[in-house]
Order: sequence, then structure tokens, then C-alpha cells
Amino acid sequence: MHVPDGFLDAPTSIATGAVAVVAVGVALRGARRELDDKTAPLAGLVAAFVFATQMLNFPVGAGTSGHLMGGALAAVLVGPWTGVLCVSVVLIVQSLLFADGGITALGTNILLMAVTTVVVGWFVTRVLMKVLPKRVGTVAPAAAVGAFVSVPAAAAVFTALYFVGGTADISLATLTTAMLGWHTVIGLGEGAITFLAVGAILAVRPDLVYAARSVIAERDLVIKPKEAAA
Amino acid sequence: MSTTEQTEQTTDKKRVPFTWVAVGIAVVALLLAGVVSYYASANPDGLEYVAEKTGFIDSASEHGAADGPLADYGTKGVDDERLSGGLAGVIGTVVVLVLAGGLALVVRRRPGSTEE
Repeated sequence: MHVPDGFLDAPTSIATGAVAVVAVGVALRGARRELDDKTAPLAGLVAAFVFATQMLNFPVGAGTSGHLMGGALAAVLVGPWTGVLCVSVVLIVQSLLFADGGITALGTNILLMAVTTVVVGWFVTRVLMKVLPKRVGTVAPAAAVGAFVSVPAAAAVFTALYFVGGTADISLATLTTAMLGWHTVIGLGEGAITFLAVGAILAVRPDLVYAARSVIAERDLVIKPKEAAA
Repeated sequence: MSTTEQTEQTTDKKRVPFTWVAVGIAVVALLLAGVVSYYASANPDGLEYVAEKTGFIDSASEHGAADGPLADYGTKGVDDERLSGGLAGVIGTVVVLVLAGGLALVVRRRPGSTEE
């Protein structure tokens, strides 16, 4: 879903750029609580995995393809704040090094693929985990559903942005239907990849999966030193 | 739960070491980006396809980094398509690993230090 330069007008791109800067700034503060000596290298690995998997476009029919966005996956594995940072790094590298996603559209792409997918994916995953039995086995399915929902959510945000600042005169109804339709199908792939990746880590080291910590907390109490406010 | 259990910080003796998990993720990522990516679908992605069909794909302007050495996931100067794409994928994976991992290390809590 990498938005190129020129799809959105300058004021909209500046606005999404500002939102992205604030979001990354807030995430930098929030990620401090999620990251320690062990989870920091894990965050780098998760970002690398998201980059690699984003290269794997899978066909979704009618000459279209989709690829993982990875926001939900990163949030579940290393925490939502760190997740925003991971996907943002991926998007910055893709834009500057690989010419994938416009440079003036970087804010837009961070807003869509780093912020929207993390917020929606994490929220849905957490709600499902609250509703479902408190077992490690429910984490991967909950994450998969969160990931699935995050893709049409990002498509909806793009459509809204296009309505506000799209450079071509396109019918909103046509755009909404096409974007949501295709991205619901692509979301199935996002859910499947997220299920496999989260499931694989859970199988070997459930304690390394951020979202699973609340479930295994009762079993494995670790007392952490209280942090002084900055 | 008894206090001894808590203070002992119960760790299963047989659990997989962190290093193995880290190496595992790195190897899988490098294989996906370096080898499997060659077999990825070349069809336009959801957004591109919708932009083509609804008629606003032409509003996209030339990318500022379109002439870069790794633009469009190919390595400039490497003619073999498989090698060119695979190399670009591996370089990108390593760059992202270093940048995101480095950022996370800078941001992380440090034991013993309360001030930045």
C-alpha cells in the first residue's frame, strides 16, 4: 500500500507528515517501557522480518497482489510503541533506498502502515484476548484477526485522506468499494502470515511474545525495578 | 505461589536459548528477502491496482530516489535478475536490522541508570 508522491496534495502530505512526526515521537517515549536488553535486539529482528516479508507480494486474483504490512505482527511481538517504530524504520528505508513509497508521502505511509495497522491490530488483538480464555494458545488466533482487520482499516484511512486531498477527481464511492474490497482479501494474507509468525515464536519461546506476557504473567512473576519519571 | 518460586525467577531448563531464536529469525528474514522474494508476485499491489482501475495512477510522480543504487529492489550493476533482487533484499534486511535494532538499543531501559 505504499503511496507514491503525487497521489495526495501538498497540504495533506504536510499534515500527515506532522501527524507521523508526533506519532513517532510519542512512540519513542512509549517504547522505552517495552524495551530492555533482550527485547531491543528482538525489535531489530522483527523490523528486519517485516521488511523481508513485505517483499513477498502474494497474488490475490484479477492481476492484483498484496503484501504484509506488519504493524499488527510487530505490535504483538514487541509491543505497540515499538511496533510503530519498527514499521516506520522499514518504511523510511524502503522509501529512501528502494524508491518504494514516495518521499513526500512518507508521513502518509507511516500514518497508514505504521500507525493505523498497529493501533487497530493491537486494539483488536487485546479485545479478543480479554474475551477469549487466558491461554497462550489464544494469542496467535487473536493476533491473526487483529492483523486481518488492520489492512482494510488502513485502506479506509487512505480513502479518507484521498477524499480530503486526492489530486484526481475520483468518485468516493468507487474508491471506497475498490479499496476496502481488495484490502479485505489482502487482509486474509496478513492474518495468515501473522498467525504463522506469532505461532512460531510462541512455540519456542512464548515469553518473548509481548502480547503473551499478560497470559503467562501469573506463572512467571518477574519483579521489575520501578522506573523514575524522566 | 510461594516466595521462593518468585525470587528464583523460574526458568525452564530446556527452553530454547534467546540466541537461537534471534539467529532463527535473522536466517528466515534473509532467506525470504534474498531467495524467496524472486518468486513474489509482480502484479500491482492493492493500491496500485485500484489506482489503475479508477484512473489516478498517472498522478504519481517520479520518485526522488528512482535512480538510487537499490531502486525498485534491484542492485545497480548486477545483471542477473535473481542475484540483483536477492542482493538488494539482503542489504535492505541488514540495514533495517541495524537501524531498528540500534534505535531500540538507544531507547531501551538501562538497568541501574535512572537518567538519560
